[in-house]
Amino acid sequence: MTNGEFFIDYSRCIGCEACVQACGECDTHRGVSMIHLETIERRDSVQTAPQICMHCEDPICAQVCPADAIKKTPDGVVQSSLKPRCIGCSNCVMSCPFGVPKYQIDIDQMMKCDMCYDRTSVGKKPMCATVCPSGALTFTTMQDIQRTRQGVPVNEWRFGVEIVRTKVYVMVPKEVTRVDVDLVQIATTAAALPPDPYDVALMLES
Amino acid sequence: MAKLSADIPKLVEHFGPSLSRIPAGGWADTREDDKLVKTHCCFCGQQCGIQLRVRENKIIGFEPWEDFPFNRGKLCPKGVKRYMQDEHPDRLKSPLQRVQDKGFVPVGWDAALDRVVSEIRRIQETYGKDSFAILTGASLTNEKAYLMGKFARVALQTANIDYNGRLCMVSAGTASKKVFGIDRSGNPWSDIVAADVILVAGANIAECAPITTDYIWRARDRGAKLIVIDPRMTPIARNADLYIPVRPGGDIGVFNGMLHVMIKRGWIDQDYISKHTIGFEEVARTVEKYTPEYAARIAGVPASMIVRAAELFGPAKTSFVMHARGIEHHSKGVENCIAMMSLALATGRLGREGCGYAMITGQGNGQGGREQGQKCDQLPGNRKIDDPEARRYIAGVWDVPESSIPGKGLSAVPLMEAIHSGKIKGLISICFNPVVSLPDANFTREALGKLEFYTAIDFFLSETAQHADIVLAGSLMEEDEGTTTNVEGRVIRHRKVVSPPEGAWEDWKILLELARRLGKGNKFDYAGPREIFDELRVASKGSVSDYYGMTWDRIDENNGLFWPCPSLDHPGTPRLYEDGKFGHPDGKAHFIPVEWRPSVEMPDEEYPIILTTGRVVSHFLSGTQTRRIGALVDQTSEPFCEMHPQLATKLGIADCDFVKVESRRGHVVVHAKVVKTIRPDTVFVPYHWPHDRSANNMTIRALDPQSEIPEFKICAVRVMKAERPIDPIAKLEVQAGGIR
Repeated sequence: MTNGEFFIDYSRCIGCEACVQACGECDTHRGVSMIHLETIERRDSVQTAPQICMHCEDPICAQVCPADAIKKTPDGVVQSSLKPRCIGCSNCVMSCPFGVPKYQIDIDQMMKCDMCYDRTSVGKKPMCATVCPSGALTFTTMQDIQRTRQGVPVNEWRFGVEIVRTKVYVMVPKEVTRVDVDLVQIATTAAALPPDPYDVALMLES
Repeated sequence: MAKLSADIPKLVEHFGPSLSRIPAGGWADTREDDKLVKTHCCFCGQQCGIQLRVRENKIIGFEPWEDFPFNRGKLCPKGVKRYMQDEHPDRLKSPLQRVQDKGFVPVGWDAALDRVVSEIRRIQETYGKDSFAILTGASLTNEKAYLMGKFARVALQTANIDYNGRLCMVSAGTASKKVFGIDRSGNPWSDIVAADVILVAGANIAECAPITTDYIWRARDRGAKLIVIDPRMTPIARNADLYIPVRPGGDIGVFNGMLHVMIKRGWIDQDYISKHTIGFEEVARTVEKYTPEYAARIAGVPASMIVRAAELFGPAKTSFVMHARGIEHHSKGVENCIAMMSLALATGRLGREGCGYAMITGQGNGQGGREQGQKCDQLPGNRKIDDPEARRYIAGVWDVPESSIPGKGLSAVPLMEAIHSGKIKGLISICFNPVVSLPDANFTREALGKLEFYTAIDFFLSETAQHADIVLAGSLMEEDEGTTTNVEGRVIRHRKVVSPPEGAWEDWKILLELARRLGKGNKFDYAGPREIFDELRVASKGSVSDYYGMTWDRIDENNGLFWPCPSLDHPGTPRLYEDGKFGHPDGKAHFIPVEWRPSVEMPDEEYPIILTTGRVVSHFLSGTQTRRIGALVDQTSEPFCEMHPQLATKLGIADCDFVKVESRRGHVVVHAKVVKTIRPDTVFVPYHWPHDRSANNMTIRALDPQSEIPEFKICAVRVMKAERPIDPIAKLEVQAGGIR
């Protein structure tokens, strides 16, 4: 798909793992899935969240790589480590703010999501976004997403004081322009919410 | 002799379930595919389009099929990994014969078929025709479902054939026939997207019909409201505008309570009611007493939720009503559905874009499987077996005397009871694993032990086939061709992707050969499934579910055709009830009043907790296929007992503890899963596993009197902390019924 962009909408995720299973079927890394499905806190909620590589504009994983093994394509896709260069040090694994790169011990190399470069380069959508039955993972045009969705796409994140811009967008409520990740915001959010929004027993008492 | 021929661990050692983790040729094989075949998933009623990759007559992977309109390339994890059942080490590649204390030994086809035929003859001559029964399945193609019904009535002349759709669609089907006059979802799925409010009851859509999630979320993108009624907060309930955590069995409280409020506030369409329906006044009188407070006591939820549901649903311009097994698996399953249908009917929101009603079929051919004549009371074309005109017509199609067609037989559970009581002595099963899927599993095991002869047609040795005297090695969906009818009523085509492995046969060939040896070969003279379909078309001609105008070629050209499709130039009927025309002879929909009544086994002092059962996303039905696929077993490897922290605290149970869940009929030991997303008076155990991990050890053999569906969704249990089990079953691999 020309001009396709990747959008994640966590609110749509149903935790089915179709993405995880399908990722491992991609020809360039068959048998190994590069996507993670996070179960946020099963005791409290059924919320789950798929995590692909966000493809940072200025990828920290590449910056910290002592072997210069992580390259970005001209169209902004941060690729898996280059086999001849990767020394398996796991600097990238520890530095990524999204927890994406994984060190594969059997091949002594870091591998991660490359947004299905093999598929997108021939006009297909990435595998996970093709199969996702909820639209939590969507590969389409910016115009299409703005036309069809209620939320808005953002690709700017703040981790403490550091601003990270990503190729991949996440869908957020209209008033949000940036995803701020820090302790202060979590506390604020919690206070603004009812004590336990998904506790069925509390619902029955109300 | 349908007792186990060897102990379970020994049978498991030879026949699995073991796990397939690597495709044919291995992950590293990068050679070009020989072909990419467009077909459909073999699992649930969504029947998603999928492409299978083939190399050297082996399926080595999948590719999304984005042009198929229903799922547009989307799949759930089962669809993605379904190809891993091909080239599986557990695959049966020859008929098997039971040998006492040794298990099974391979036997040639001639010897196996001769044995089956001689046992059929012996049993029917000794005990009468009806003493030999057939159990079939709703995952069979239309062609095979049709063939099984005809085989029973023409080759065996037994009345006793029923299918596992009895555990699935019969409450919805019965209710739909009574109210609308037609047993089918009323609308194509595209109508969901155009609805302003969507009411979902007893349907864990995210896990059991994942593709439907996309339709609901797209409606919500347009601003649609979502109401979900379920004792558990399912993944789609998390985001609902209103989630009603109904007490299991309390659904009629919600529906009648909503209708009460809607009538009081004038949110019903009097004009539509008077033009297109009968019986509303009686329903209105019935719901008069269902004030929000009265209804709330039945539903076990705050009255404000019922009022809010009516406020969201009542005044909407368009709406879509959907339900599944959660309201259907009850001794009042039909009445639950009827009460929900009344909401759609009273608002007149049917048969238009964005206005509809749907039952979500569970099994692969949940829709078509119940139309082609494999139910105990039915002939092809959804015709009643006791209707003289239907009997005459079908006798003509089959070229047999009308009087030779048996009458109504026993449905699945009474049929198993007749095996237990010794009335039925012989059994053929296909596509049905009753040891895992019927309620009261200990009773089922006992019953099978009383059969004089049992033969199973299967591609893996299911837990039920373990009891067989002769196992006939059949075919996977992708090794044969035919059609199924999806959740929308869209008839679609499954292609033969590869041939069955040497030594296994296509199922229809097995049936044809049995018929020939029974002296009925001339009635079963088909070159293949296409010819069976052509006969099915004629058999369904003029019926409610008319396939006459469909050919395989037309189905291919149109990405499926919706029934009724009465002539070759007919475009098919995606949407029913347009212009308020219903399926009853009077053309009207029939309101039917329903009153709530308690479930058969309510919790008491001895068994104080409600058990409800269901599915998880990575497994399908009794798990015969999905418990053999490594990636799906990794995703959910064992059953569990979901319980609220309040209940867990009261019982002294912590997350992951071993717990014993016990009813009057049996028990399981599983891990506790302590979550706030379930009612504190209810526990949930998924049912895909066998033996000591089988949720159906606890469930009750109580039936809905109209549909004869078992009450899987409510029975009384007690739950206690347990020690780690160390018996031989517990030590099996998890997919075989072990526990870790």
